[in-house]
Amino acid sequence: MSVSEEDVRHVATLARLGLDPERIPTLVAELNGILAHMDVLSKIDTAIVGAVTGVGAAGTPLRVDGGNQIPLVRPREAFAPAMREGFLLVPRLATHEDTDAESA
Amino acid sequence: MTQAELSAAELASRHARGSLRPSDTVKQAFARAADVQAGPSGLNALLSTDRDAALGAADEVVRLQGEGNQPASLVGVPVVVKANIATLNMPTSCGSRILEEYVSPYEATVVTRLRNAGAIIMGKTNMDEFAMGSSTENSAFGPTRNPLDPTRVPGGSSGGSAACVAAGVVRIALGSETGGSVRQPAAFCGIVGVKPTYGRVSRYGLVAFASSLDQVGVFGRTVDDAALGLGAIAGRDRYDSTSADVEVVDYQAVVKGDLKGVTIGRPREYFPESLDARIRDRCDAALERLRALGANVRDVSLPHTGLAIPTYYIIAPAEASSNLARFDGVRYGTRSDAPGLRDMYERTRSQGFGPEVTRRILLGTYVLSAGYYDAYYKKAQEVRALIANDFRRVFDSGVTVLFTPTAPTPAFPLGTKSDPYEMYLSDIFTATANLAGVPALSLPIGRVDGLPVGGQIIGGHFDEATLFRVAYALEQALGEEAHR
Repeated sequence: MSVSEEDVRHVATLARLGLDPERIPTLVAELNGILAHMDVLSKIDTAIVGAVTGVGAAGTPLRVDGGNQIPLVRPREAFAPAMREGFLLVPRLATHEDTDAESA
Repeated sequence: MTQAELSAAELASRHARGSLRPSDTVKQAFARAADVQAGPSGLNALLSTDRDAALGAADEVVRLQGEGNQPASLVGVPVVVKANIATLNMPTSCGSRILEEYVSPYEATVVTRLRNAGAIIMGKTNMDEFAMGSSTENSAFGPTRNPLDPTRVPGGSSGGSAACVAAGVVRIALGSETGGSVRQPAAFCGIVGVKPTYGRVSRYGLVAFASSLDQVGVFGRTVDDAALGLGAIAGRDRYDSTSADVEVVDYQAVVKGDLKGVTIGRPREYFPESLDARIRDRCDAALERLRALGANVRDVSLPHTGLAIPTYYIIAPAEASSNLARFDGVRYGTRSDAPGLRDMYERTRSQGFGPEVTRRILLGTYVLSAGYYDAYYKKAQEVRALIANDFRRVFDSGVTVLFTPTAPTPAFPLGTKSDPYEMYLSDIFTATANLAGVPALSLPIGRVDGLPVGGQIIGGHFDEATLFRVAYALEQALGEEAHR
């Protein structure tokens, strides 16, 4: 298999690389030179093996499938300074107090 | 006696006893770096240093000792770190324009572990851009030169770290391996370089090139130095799910064992007809020494070795094209101005990446693209399984370690390898260990035309201890012959 200038432009777009048009013929020649050496793999019978994606002999260690205690997962009451009948109690705002005083 | 002439263990011991001050050792290391011109105007091995931070760390080590803390293994030992390993106070440029000013907001686990062991981080070292190269000529900051012959390359991609150790600036340095980037420069510079088993060392904070192959490696002036360095950084890390929970033995304690019961395989595929006869002779002489020390030596075969370079140069660029997609001018490093977002991405990346990185991103994107994935990438992953099976079969047959040349040639002159594939062939004897995930080590075994030749020892998964034991025995047996 060999690549064309169109292939290089397409792959550059996929890879978000802006290529100087003058450089494309050189890249085509270089990539074809490299890919020619890869063709040897197509002749290898790999029917007896599956593809590997990793090489660690110990495999990837997995943590316990329980998850850590997330500190903020608490009932909302735990965050409130005080509760009454399902509502959070907050201090009266000073501006409201002033308004009350004026209206009185 | 200068700090460079003392082993890392001896330095740490003197610091712990109080007969040598860590700050004096650090000053000597900086003075040595100036003498050998390790900076940009000379060898160009060191990209950045932080003298004040290093001296502050040396004082801190003394203070901690004064508080009665147990002396750690690398107390006051200066080290340098490859520029793709994250540190807090110096740029992690990866040898690239796109990350030229980039300073990481967090630190690599290996750096934390070195500091916890008492080591002093002196500086960051030059490298092939994003570790893509075998000569350190692909750095955006200019090539590194080999301290033994400045007209020649130090190997790569961790050439800056290797040059610093070879030039006597430090005894221990960190590099990274994807296809031979620690062992090949170790061979070219006449020092020891070890690539641990995949999973032995945390990759947290190592800028990813090819994640299924990458591993942090250690350079040492001697086998003992390398063993001490690896011992400090090895082990499970909860920040890297691919780091293995396998016990780390005290490598220094086991290096001095004998070779009784050790069977060494000489794989015929690593000694092709075309191999420089002088390199073959050096390897065979080393094998003779090992036989004389009590090891059994026998010929073995790893039949898929010849497929390693095509396989590696599909898998590594494929993974790199994905890993390097994150460098787009938005989150990291430099940004080139352009009228729209798409143009900004393209301009940033084309101006930020050098020619070899561009070539590999294109190659990697191509082999992963629709219509070519099965023919290239999937096929390469299958052949990788065959290569890994070769090693498994040989080790299952009773072979303890393999002995091979590290590289097909000694260090070559700067600027002489312009064909990309010719450069890729520098990794022909090293990439197999990365593909199979097994540990391997290079140590000096003599010289050819005055240039160092490296011998490679490859072991079974997580058996770094045996690598060190065989390497130490050979190093002691060769003595000065290893450097003649």
